[in-house]
Amino acid sequence: MNVLEVKNLKKYFATQKAVDDISFELKKGSIFGLLGPNGAGKTTLIRMITGIFYPDEGEIYLEGEKFDPNNDALKIGYMPEERGLYKKMKIGDQAVFLSRLKGLSKGDAIASVKEWFIKFEMQSWWNKKIEDLSKGMGQKLQFVITVLHRPKLIILDEPFSGLDPVNANLIKDEIYALAQKGATIIFSTHRMEQVEEICDHIILVNKGKKIVDGSVSGVKQQFKENLFEIGFENASGSLSSPAFTLIGKRDRHIVVKINEGYRSNQVLQFFIQQGVEILSFTELLPSLNDIFIKLVEGTPLARQFQPVMA
Amino acid sequence: MNKILIIFQKEYLTRVKNKTFIISTFLLPILIVTFIGVTAYLASHNTEKTTIVVNDVSGDFANNLKSDTSQVSFVYDNAANADNFAQKGYKAVLIIPKYDSAKKDTIRLVSEKELGLSTQEYVKNQLGSALQKKLFKEKKFDKPSVDSILQTSVTDVYEFNAYKQKEGQIQQSNFWAAYGIGFTSGMVIYITLMIYGMMVMRGVMEEKTNRIAEVMVSSVKPFQMMIGKITGIAAVGLTQFLMWVVLIIVLLSAAGVFLPHETLHQVQQTATNMHGNGSVQAGETASKLDEVTRAFAGTKWILIVFCFLFYFTGGYLFYASLFAAVGSVVNEDAQEAQSLTLPLTMPIILSFVVMTTSIYTPSSGLSVWASIIPFSSPIIMMSRIPFGVPGTVPWWQLGLSMAMLVAGFLFTVWLAGKIYRTGILLYGKKPTWREMLKWALRK
Repeated sequence: MNVLEVKNLKKYFATQKAVDDISFELKKGSIFGLLGPNGAGKTTLIRMITGIFYPDEGEIYLEGEKFDPNNDALKIGYMPEERGLYKKMKIGDQAVFLSRLKGLSKGDAIASVKEWFIKFEMQSWWNKKIEDLSKGMGQKLQFVITVLHRPKLIILDEPFSGLDPVNANLIKDEIYALAQKGATIIFSTHRMEQVEEICDHIILVNKGKKIVDGSVSGVKQQFKENLFEIGFENASGSLSSPAFTLIGKRDRHIVVKINEGYRSNQVLQFFIQQGVEILSFTELLPSLNDIFIKLVEGTPLARQFQPVMA
Repeated sequence: MNKILIIFQKEYLTRVKNKTFIISTFLLPILIVTFIGVTAYLASHNTEKTTIVVNDVSGDFANNLKSDTSQVSFVYDNAANADNFAQKGYKAVLIIPKYDSAKKDTIRLVSEKELGLSTQEYVKNQLGSALQKKLFKEKKFDKPSVDSILQTSVTDVYEFNAYKQKEGQIQQSNFWAAYGIGFTSGMVIYITLMIYGMMVMRGVMEEKTNRIAEVMVSSVKPFQMMIGKITGIAAVGLTQFLMWVVLIIVLLSAAGVFLPHETLHQVQQTATNMHGNGSVQAGETASKLDEVTRAFAGTKWILIVFCFLFYFTGGYLFYASLFAAVGSVVNEDAQEAQSLTLPLTMPIILSFVVMTTSIYTPSSGLSVWASIIPFSSPIIMMSRIPFGVPGTVPWWQLGLSMAMLVAGFLFTVWLAGKIYRTGILLYGKKPTWREMLKWALRK
């Protein structure tokens, strides 16, 4: 079943089309990467999914039913990029307050906060204030507050910014665990290596439009350039053949691009006939980073500033 | 609705539990009562007397300067001069030259330490009345009789009362009671609007600069957030106000038990002496106070308390929502906030200025219209109501003013909600008034 379905969503501001006809769907338990350069419309899209903005056109379905911003707050956990907490309020009270706002009863809220604080070894923080915490601790707390009320859909905007590797791993593991338990996660970031590592499904948004949609491996296949790396024992003789073009050479490795109409076996055959001792033969898939840069580069670097909603 | 309540609770409890709130709530009444107590103590225990030695060559003043038993006493010794008065054990010397009508001589009051304005004034007054006495004698008038004629007031011979014609009945007018109630109510509303309006604004700014706004709006509507905050802070204001009233009453009555009666009497005397400069005036003030007390008893308290609560709440909602809107559009910069709050504080200050004149002329055109327009009605109408409904303030004016205020705050809350919704999520550049107006008019 699809947890979230977004159909032809549009949001136009006076000066630009922030989200221009975007559709996608999310399966239960998937970890979904929402990618795009600054100003691509990611935040606007997320704000519509969380009910902060009303879409101009299009529909959002949550668990098969039309999304109702007033009553569905409990189903969604959102950690915005611009995030923070009340500096002077006690951490425990604050967590309880925010989960009550989501719709938990006071008793449930307190129980849930205690459970999570134990899990993340934060019990001693209850009576502290945010201003007493380091930035990383604050981020950890922010994550806990986002998932406290057991939302079905968790939206994380740059969740690892400001975290050290140890705490980043802690949260990464927690994201996997939540997905395993059936929560669906939307993960918005510019950090492509994290997306490759975590996500199983991505879309790439640029200038308000969806330009790529698929699984991480699928997208890589889609954008591959038929590059192979070949490792030799002894490199002698000619390295030119109509079957491929030599792209790079270093030490006992070469990178070749297989020409249109030829197959990898033909390339291997060529080298074998040359009497070359082949040690390795690997397909080179583009990294998401390369794909991202390739697709986004050249488009006038979007909007430098946040849209002014006038 | 439920979410507004949760926010209301949070806003209320975090502020009420705050140390600053607790300290200021308890400290202010204690300060006020201590101030009154210290004044009373000083007034009754200030026994230090200034003895002035008088060197009167003319002999016109000798024994005609009256000593004030508690402050100043005069001693006559023509051997005393500016060089030896201290050795003789006096605080000051008053040197009066021989009277010469041809030239204006100087009377010198010489002391080692500054004598203070009140002592100087006292000496001058005594010299004046001694001089009058001498002049009366020369002209063959009798000073006491002239004094009594000059000080005769119409109320010594007749009773004087102001009446109001109302529906065929004639009522005694009670200007001072109305003035007191009106001014106090207006003043309290003025202070409330300023202090708590600013508190709302700072609260919203805090949410914005702490970047919690977006976390919040994913679970509640911005409008709920704003209403929860405004009502929460209103409750804080009412709590503090009630605590002050109760504490001041308790402390004053406790002081009444512990302080001797004479001391309290002394305080009253001191207070009256501040205004008048004689016992005759004190007597007058006393009878005026008595009038006021009687007038207070005749006041329609229920109507006034109801109207006060109405204008207090209405005025607060009217302005607090605008302050919230301003808070939502500014960033950390306090300077920015200042330039945007000016258009809000100006009408409040202006209302207060208008009140200081309108309270003397509660039926003038300015007073009537200022009490109907919602920008100034909370302060001005409250200063008029004690003068009588439906006498000074006809029912139609009160009704129109209340309706306008309700319409006014519904409008400002709606308008502020629109601006707040956009402003709270906007970082970076401060929007202009035109942009804010555009947000408000957008559907």
